[in-house]
Amino acid sequence: MTAPLLEVRDLSTHFFNQDGITRAVDGLSFHLEAQETVGIVGESGCGKTVTALSILKLLPPRLGRIIGGRILFEGLDLAGLSEPQMRAIRGNRIGMIFQEPMTSLNPVLSIGHQIAEAVRIHKGVSADRARARARQMLDLVKIPDAGQRLDDYPHQFSGGMRQRVMIAMALACDPKMLIADEPTTALDVTIQAQVLKLMLELKAKTGAAIVLITHDLGVVAETCQRVVVMYAGRKVEEAPVRQLFARPAHPYTRGLMASVARGKAGARAKRLNEIPGMVPSLREPIPGCAFAPRCQFAIDRCRNERPQFEAVAGEPAHQAACHRLSEVLKL
Amino acid sequence: MSGAPILEVSDLKKHFQVRRGFWRRAVAEVKAVDGVSFALAAGETLCLVGESGCGKSTVGRLILRLIDATSGTIRFKGENITALSREAMRHKRQALQIVFQDPYASLNPRLTAGTIVGEPVENFDALGRAQREARVKGLLARVGLGADAFHKYPFEFSGGQRQRLGIARALALSPALIVADEPVSALDVSVQAQVLNLMMDLKDELGLAYLFISHDLGVVEHMADRVAVMYLGRIVEIAAKEDLFTSPRHPYTRALISAAPLPDPSAKRERIVLEGDVPSPMTPPTGCHFHTRCPFAVARCREEYPAPRAAGPQHHFACHLDL
Repeated sequence: MTAPLLEVRDLSTHFFNQDGITRAVDGLSFHLEAQETVGIVGESGCGKTVTALSILKLLPPRLGRIIGGRILFEGLDLAGLSEPQMRAIRGNRIGMIFQEPMTSLNPVLSIGHQIAEAVRIHKGVSADRARARARQMLDLVKIPDAGQRLDDYPHQFSGGMRQRVMIAMALACDPKMLIADEPTTALDVTIQAQVLKLMLELKAKTGAAIVLITHDLGVVAETCQRVVVMYAGRKVEEAPVRQLFARPAHPYTRGLMASVARGKAGARAKRLNEIPGMVPSLREPIPGCAFAPRCQFAIDRCRNERPQFEAVAGEPAHQAACHRLSEVLKL
Repeated sequence: MSGAPILEVSDLKKHFQVRRGFWRRAVAEVKAVDGVSFALAAGETLCLVGESGCGKSTVGRLILRLIDATSGTIRFKGENITALSREAMRHKRQALQIVFQDPYASLNPRLTAGTIVGEPVENFDALGRAQREARVKGLLARVGLGADAFHKYPFEFSGGQRQRLGIARALALSPALIVADEPVSALDVSVQAQVLNLMMDLKDELGLAYLFISHDLGVVEHMADRVAVMYLGRIVEIAAKEDLFTSPRHPYTRALISAAPLPDPSAKRERIVLEGDVPSPMTPPTGCHFHTRCPFAVARCREEYPAPRAAGPQHHFACHLDL
C-alpha cells in the first residue's frame, strides 16, 4: 500500500489566552486515502473545525498553535511549512469550503473575479484563460447562465447558489483534497440535498478526496466512506461508515446515535436517549477518558488512564478508544 | 382531535410592506403569511414545518400578537383575540406563552435566573416574596436546573440549560398553550434530546398544547401529533403525523421528507432532489406557489391556486394533482 494522501499523526492544537490553555485538539491521528471521503463528526467544541484549521494552517494568529504532531500531505509535513509555502498549497492542492459562504466570499468582488483569482495565482495563466476556467467551473456546479453570472456579486446569489460558488472556487485548481467544514449546515434541507448531490457528482468527476466535517450523522451516513468520531478534542472511534452505524462501539457514539430524533427507522421509543451531563472543560488536562464523567460504563481506570485504540473483534478497520470496549460491545 | 379547539386560526394573513428610498414609500409587499387556517386541541402538539422564509415563525408571533395580523382571526379558548387591546392581551398571555430559538438572545443578560423566571410570577400573581421564591425554585427544579441556578446569570449556563430557563419562564404562569419557535435548533443533538424529552414530559404532566415550529423533520416526527407543512406563506398539507409521513399527498411534502438525510448508510431510497431555490415571497409565482420547483406541474398549476382538498378526515392538502 502506498502512503495515504493525508496522514495526521498525534496532532495537538492548543489555544492560549488570558484564562489559560484550551486543548482544542489533543493527540488526534487519522488518515485519508486518495479519492476517499472521510467524515469527522462530533458536537460543538469537539475540535472538528480546529482540526480543519490546523490542516490548512489557518488558526487565529498568536491565539492558536499546533504544539505537536505531524500533518503529512503528499509526504510533506504541513505543520512545519512557512506561510508563503502554505499559500502555494491552499486553494491549489487543497481546496476548502466553509459553513457560511457569505462570510467566506469577498462582497465587493464579482464571483468571476474571485474564482479566476485563485486560478491566475496558482496556475499562472492569463486573465482571459482564468476567466474561461471560472466560467467552466460555474457550469460544472450547475449555476444557470454561468456566462452572465460571472460578473454578479455574492449578495446577488441565494445561500445554496453561494455554496455552489464556493465549491466552484474550491475545485477550480483541481485540488487533490477538499476540506469541507459543515458545508450544508446553513442550508435548508431541499437545498442541502442539492448541494450534497452536487458534491458527490463532482467528487466522482474530479477524483478529489474529501474531509467532510459535520455534526449531522445523516449527512455522514449518506456521503462518507469512513468516519472519525471526535469528543473533547480527541478521536474516540473510527470505522468504515456501515460498520459504525451497524455496530457503534464507543459509548459516546452509541449515545449520540440514540439521541437523534427520527421516526421511521425501527420502533421508536417515546423518549429519546439523553447523554447526561455536559462536555468537559478543555481548560483542565483530562488524565483519563474524556467521556468518563458522562459514561454509564465508566470505572476508576477510565478516569485515570487514557484509553488506547483497540480494534473491534472481526472488524479490523473499526477502532475505538475505550477501556471497556468488550463489555460495551456485548450489549 | 378531541374536544373544542384551544386555538383556532382562520385565514390569517400578514403582509409586510417593503419600504425603500427617502420617503420610505412602500415599493412591494412580502406576503409572509397568506391565508393560514388551522385548529389546535388542548393537550395537542401541532408542528409547523417548512424551510426558511416560509412564514412559520411569523405565524407563531402572530398568535401571541407580538406582531399584528393584516387580516384573519385568532381564537384562543373560543375568544377572538385578534383585536384585543395591548393590556387585555398582556393578561391573555398568562395562558399563551412562547419559547424562542436562540436562548442566547432571549434572556436578559443582566438578570439572574431567579429574576427571569420570577418576573412573570411577580407581574401576575399576588404572592409574597418567600412564596414567589419557592415557586421559582420549584420551576427551576422542574426543568432540571439545580438549586444553585437561582442566583446565576444567563452567561453562566450552557445552551441547553439556557433553553431550560426559557421553558421555566414560559411555564411560570401555568399556560395552556406554548408556541415553541425552533426551540432546539441551536443545540447539539445530545442536548436536543434532553430538551425534547423535557418538553414531552411537561406536556404529559401539565396537559400543555404546543405549536411547535421547526425545520427539522426528525424532531417533528418525534414531537408531533399533527403536522402542517408550509411553503411560501401557505399551508400546503396538514395531517396527523402518521398519515403525513406514511402517505404524504403534496409533492413538496414528499420532497421535504425524502430530502432529510437519514443516519443509516444502508437505507436505499428514491430521493426527490428539487431543482432551484424557494422563490422570493415578494414575487411569489402565480397559481400554486410550488409549481416552479414541482416535478409534476401542469399548465393548470401555473394559473390557479389549488383549493385545499381532503384526503381523509384530518388530512388536507393543496394540490391539483392526484399523485
